[in-house]
Amino acid sequence: MPLQGKAFKYGANVDTDAIIPARYLNLHLPEDLAKHCMEDLDAGFINQVKPGDIIVADTNFGCGSSREHAPVAIQASGISCVIAKSFARIFFRNAINIGLPLLECEDAVDNINPGDMVEVDLAAGRVTNLSGPKTFTSKPYPDFMLQIVKAGGLVEHTKKKLSGAK
Amino acid sequence: MTLAEKILATHSGKASVSPGDFLSVKTDLVLSNDITAPMAIKEFDRLGVPGVFDPKKIVMVPDHFCPNKDIQSAEQAKMMREFARKHGLVYFEVGEMGIEHVILPEKGLVLPGEVVVGADSHTCTYGALGAFATGMGSTDIAIAMATGEIWMKVPSTIKFIFHGKPGQWVGGKDLILYLIGDIGVDGALYSAMEFHGEAISALGMDGRFTMSNMAIEAGGKAGLFHVDAKTRSYLKGRTTRKYTEYRSDPDAAYARVIEYDASKIEPQVAFPHLPSNTRPLSQVGDIAIDQVVIGSCTNGRIDDLRLAAGILKGRKVDRHLRCIILPGSQQVYLDALKEGLIEIFIRAGAAVSTPTCGPCLGGHMGILAAGEKCVSTTNRNFVGRMGHIKSEIYLANPAVAATSAVLGRIANPQEVV
Repeated sequence: MPLQGKAFKYGANVDTDAIIPARYLNLHLPEDLAKHCMEDLDAGFINQVKPGDIIVADTNFGCGSSREHAPVAIQASGISCVIAKSFARIFFRNAINIGLPLLECEDAVDNINPGDMVEVDLAAGRVTNLSGPKTFTSKPYPDFMLQIVKAGGLVEHTKKKLSGAK
Repeated sequence: MTLAEKILATHSGKASVSPGDFLSVKTDLVLSNDITAPMAIKEFDRLGVPGVFDPKKIVMVPDHFCPNKDIQSAEQAKMMREFARKHGLVYFEVGEMGIEHVILPEKGLVLPGEVVVGADSHTCTYGALGAFATGMGSTDIAIAMATGEIWMKVPSTIKFIFHGKPGQWVGGKDLILYLIGDIGVDGALYSAMEFHGEAISALGMDGRFTMSNMAIEAGGKAGLFHVDAKTRSYLKGRTTRKYTEYRSDPDAAYARVIEYDASKIEPQVAFPHLPSNTRPLSQVGDIAIDQVVIGSCTNGRIDDLRLAAGILKGRKVDRHLRCIILPGSQQVYLDALKEGLIEIFIRAGAAVSTPTCGPCLGGHMGILAAGEKCVSTTNRNFVGRMGHIKSEIYLANPAVAATSAVLGRIANPQEVV
């Protein structure tokens, strides 16, 4: 089923301190972290976000600290996927590992405005701006990563591998 | 192959690898800390494995919010401590601990040619020893703790050559800030960085740790140095384990080669709110400051404290400003004590803290109020990183930071020495 939601749009180099400030890293439960998601960058985010909504950002989204708390907070806030021109490396693998879908798609970012309704078909790598409307195609996941995503994250993927090895 | 490719090839049982290959890589050391371990432990428990792959190869360090800054931090530290005890991991308790990236090399836990993964972005610090070390998330670390292996994509390598001899107040911090200012905070995204040149050979180990440490601030996966006489001499007496020195082939393929003239690089200051927002010190202007922090995994080693003490000796910290100095480890603290540096700091009016990451990530020991400005030897100056979102962080080397503490504004060491 395609993901559908309202776009929250941000600029380049959104760092993990902005996604979840370090003062909340004394917490680790997803629901606790979600309450402070994007707090220092967009104080209104957490009161406006609805399940299914989508973050759209420029380049290098998730740069900085390795804190997995960042994708966990985004996921627990109800965001269904993040579309950006590029992602910072550690954020990228963290998101894949916990099953938060990310899409790299420059055209989509350039053609989605804050508040637009966006639909994402993950399997096809297709982003549609329903407020546009216009359709864009994202970079496909490499096969290796697709397996992790399909398994529902790295823990499930590894569990499968471990039980297969026995 | 490049240095990074050779290490990854040998750790995945392959004769050769190329950028873009996906590998399952064997890990020599798996690291986490008090803020990333709790999440890793939860994921580890979900795996349902009987134990860790090798307790001697798993390190946990309570350094970020430790000594515990509040009840929730205490609970997280406790969770980590109990897991470490249960599984017999390598664990450094408060009193013995220092900042993870300072103590792991210090204690000989990381050697050239090894693969280290850590749930901390500054794990790339160990590239200074010729190890392939990279930061990951908690789930990755859970998998590595259980299986001793982790997935990686082979990065392409960018070669940086620093020609010439750097000026008197220019150190590893300035070279890496200059580089990040040039290529940007995502200039080395998904890449391994390799450092070469006369200025690199001339750097001491502490300056090299500083440079590798900040590879992540350019988006890099690793920041690597080749082993030389300085590396070997650093390792002497720290380990009895054997290690392999890998070297990039003369015909290795690099994604880019970037060259700089180090003799033309001034001390650098990164302005708010990105490490790439650098300016040469001569073009900083008159910026009054409220706080100076000297320490962290970037600049909390003995060479850094010596530089700061050289400035602060016989001088006083400006009375309108707080200067906080955090030795990176108990060994650095002891060495500083023996050399009389701690007395210099205290007589100058600086506060000296037990080792902790503390203020660098806005944890404790020096949080900034709205409107305050701080010169810091740490690694990030993002919005709100050290406190209020309306505070400002200026990143600099320890000599510039100490001079700024004395003069109450961002200042050049030449003004006082």
